[in-house]
Amino acid sequence: MQPTHIAEYLAPIILFLPLAAAVVIALFVRDDDEQSAQFSIGSVGLAFVASVTLFLLGGGRHEIGATWLDVGGLQVSFGLLIDDLSLLMLMIVTGVGLLVQIFSKGYMKGDPGYSRYFAFLSLFTFSMLGIVLADNLVMMFVFWELVGLSSYLLISFWFHKPSAADAGKKAFLTNRVGDFGFLFGILLVWAATGTLNIGELATKLAVDPHLLGAGATCAGLLLFCGAIGKSAQFPLHVWLPDAMEGPTPVSALIHAATMVAAGVYMLCRLFFLLTPDALEVIAVIGAVTSFLAALMAFQQNDIKRILAYSTLSQLGYMVMAVGIGSPNAAMYHLTTHAFFKAMLFLGAGSVIHALHHEQDIWKMGGLKSRLPGTYRTFWIGTMALCGVWPFAGFFSKDAILSSALGNGAYCAFLIGTLVAAMTAFYMTRLVLVAFGGVPRGDGVFGCHESPSVMTRPLWLLAIPSVIAGFWGIDVYLAETLPGGHGHASTWYEAMFAPINHSPLAAMFGLLAVAFGHAFARRLYANAVSDPLPLSAGLLAKIMRDRFYFDEIYAFLIRISQGALSTVADWFDRWIIAGLFVRGVSGFTDLFGRALRMLQTGNLQTYAFWLAAGIVVILFLTLPGAKGAGH
Amino acid sequence: MNVGLEHFQIVSAVLFGIGLLGVLIRRNIFVIYMGLEMMLNAANLSLVSFSRFNNDLDGQLMVFFVITVAAAEVAVGLALLVALYRKRQSAHVEELTTLKL
Repeated sequence: MQPTHIAEYLAPIILFLPLAAAVVIALFVRDDDEQSAQFSIGSVGLAFVASVTLFLLGGGRHEIGATWLDVGGLQVSFGLLIDDLSLLMLMIVTGVGLLVQIFSKGYMKGDPGYSRYFAFLSLFTFSMLGIVLADNLVMMFVFWELVGLSSYLLISFWFHKPSAADAGKKAFLTNRVGDFGFLFGILLVWAATGTLNIGELATKLAVDPHLLGAGATCAGLLLFCGAIGKSAQFPLHVWLPDAMEGPTPVSALIHAATMVAAGVYMLCRLFFLLTPDALEVIAVIGAVTSFLAALMAFQQNDIKRILAYSTLSQLGYMVMAVGIGSPNAAMYHLTTHAFFKAMLFLGAGSVIHALHHEQDIWKMGGLKSRLPGTYRTFWIGTMALCGVWPFAGFFSKDAILSSALGNGAYCAFLIGTLVAAMTAFYMTRLVLVAFGGVPRGDGVFGCHESPSVMTRPLWLLAIPSVIAGFWGIDVYLAETLPGGHGHASTWYEAMFAPINHSPLAAMFGLLAVAFGHAFARRLYANAVSDPLPLSAGLLAKIMRDRFYFDEIYAFLIRISQGALSTVADWFDRWIIAGLFVRGVSGFTDLFGRALRMLQTGNLQTYAFWLAAGIVVILFLTLPGAKGAGH
Repeated sequence: MNVGLEHFQIVSAVLFGIGLLGVLIRRNIFVIYMGLEMMLNAANLSLVSFSRFNNDLDGQLMVFFVITVAAAEVAVGLALLVALYRKRQSAHVEELTTLKL
């Protein structure tokens, strides 16, 4: 297909720029740190500019592609789909990616694997853009796996640390479980509809809603399995906190802003496929994840892990939003979350960098005056994450809460409100303990603010974290996705829109935040150690130990693998080795031994066998020898 | 008594059987050798009788070949046996097991 619109020229350029950077770094400038960073940042920067250009040129739906596979009845194209949804996601991925890469330039300074790091980041950007732009399910799956690979490479970037190597493996294997379901879902959809192209699927389903037949819910849930893995939903959430072993900017980009959002993006892309039953399951999983992760975040002491559980919780929020039939709100929250969570992670990175890789918040304290830039941006990020008006998080969270109310999902509304309060609690705890109070660790005294290459991206991310709420993202998405308010308005109208639109939801949201914040302030202002284990005792310990999910999984795997390996061992020992290998050799050996007996070396024995043989042959061949009848 | 083809064949078979038995069970290699000759001549007798009763000279032709080959065989075989006896000082076949290694 010949490109006809400028968008159709730009989209492949956006997609392949980062891949080109990765290839160039890997093949030509591996020894030159500075050039590697420049290539990588340059490519993602250009991709960002191209994405913004695409956006400014105006929306519209464009699709280009070429046939890639044509086997029997299966036709798979390598196609790019540009519409409002993918445009928004393009800007998030390239925009946040650009800032994170600039931040990395300072954060990773002096690391022996500097070039490798940027090559991996570029590879990741390419893969992520591939998911965003894919116009069919097979291509999406291919890039889905590529994202899994680059995530693995980056989590275990410091592969000499056993914990990092293990975390990478864990992430990869856990994701595989989900991807298995995803692949089956794709096959099921293909078997039922005969097409894998997303646009064609939507058209076919619009004509005949019962096209998928009885397997519709099943197909939707299998596709959701992919999202469970990639977006770290309960019960496959265990890999995300461990993924924090990777470099902090990686956590910001991949495990907070973009990759983990891929699951939510995919659900929004394929929303038309999901039946009400499937949506109900999705909502429940999202709510459970959101609630459990927030509980686990209560008692974590590692600054990155708190943020990781917070990410889990927010991802649960988004998935819940999809489940209650409001993908618009989910994408809205995904967008704002990408900004402020990336900023929070980069802020945490800045703290960790300043304290020479100290991550325990109880060994921080008093960083407010020592790291002023980081503190201010972190504070903005916290406000945004908690959902304080007029920060971005308030608007997107309110969109979810109000659509929960509007769609009659009162349970989801209650859990959403509760999680909002819990979010405010653990984030206030984090800020108060890490930045407020007095220094509690030796590292704090000598520390100083990170270089401007690191603080500037923080400030640049702070801007959308504040104003993304009244940019009109939900209005922009309303044409593509159901569930938004969908009325265009000026920015100051948009600022108060949630309160006018659904005052109950807004009020509950804000009250929850105030309650959570006040509670945390009462407990943690000027605390030198965590008071919760004393008052809550066992419960606090369970929360700190993350509800023993890892232990339960380890136990389950141990017994299931134990049984499986016993069976496999028996089969190998007796059937394979015993019957097939030793059996064959033993039989040959015995037969040989028997044959050896015949070889006496005595001529007369040979003569006897010869004569006996001739007699047998004569008996068998001569007519009439066997009996008189013949 | 009318002597027919069957009688010749039976005599031939008996001779062949005696010769074979001698080859299989006698220990002295010279006697085995005689057994072999007896088997050959049993075959000759059979061939000649068939030739005679079928009025076909092909069988007798074959017998001449057998006699010629047997004569050559006796010359070579006896020479070998004598050489073997000189080397081993024994004509017992159980002692000749070098085929087995």
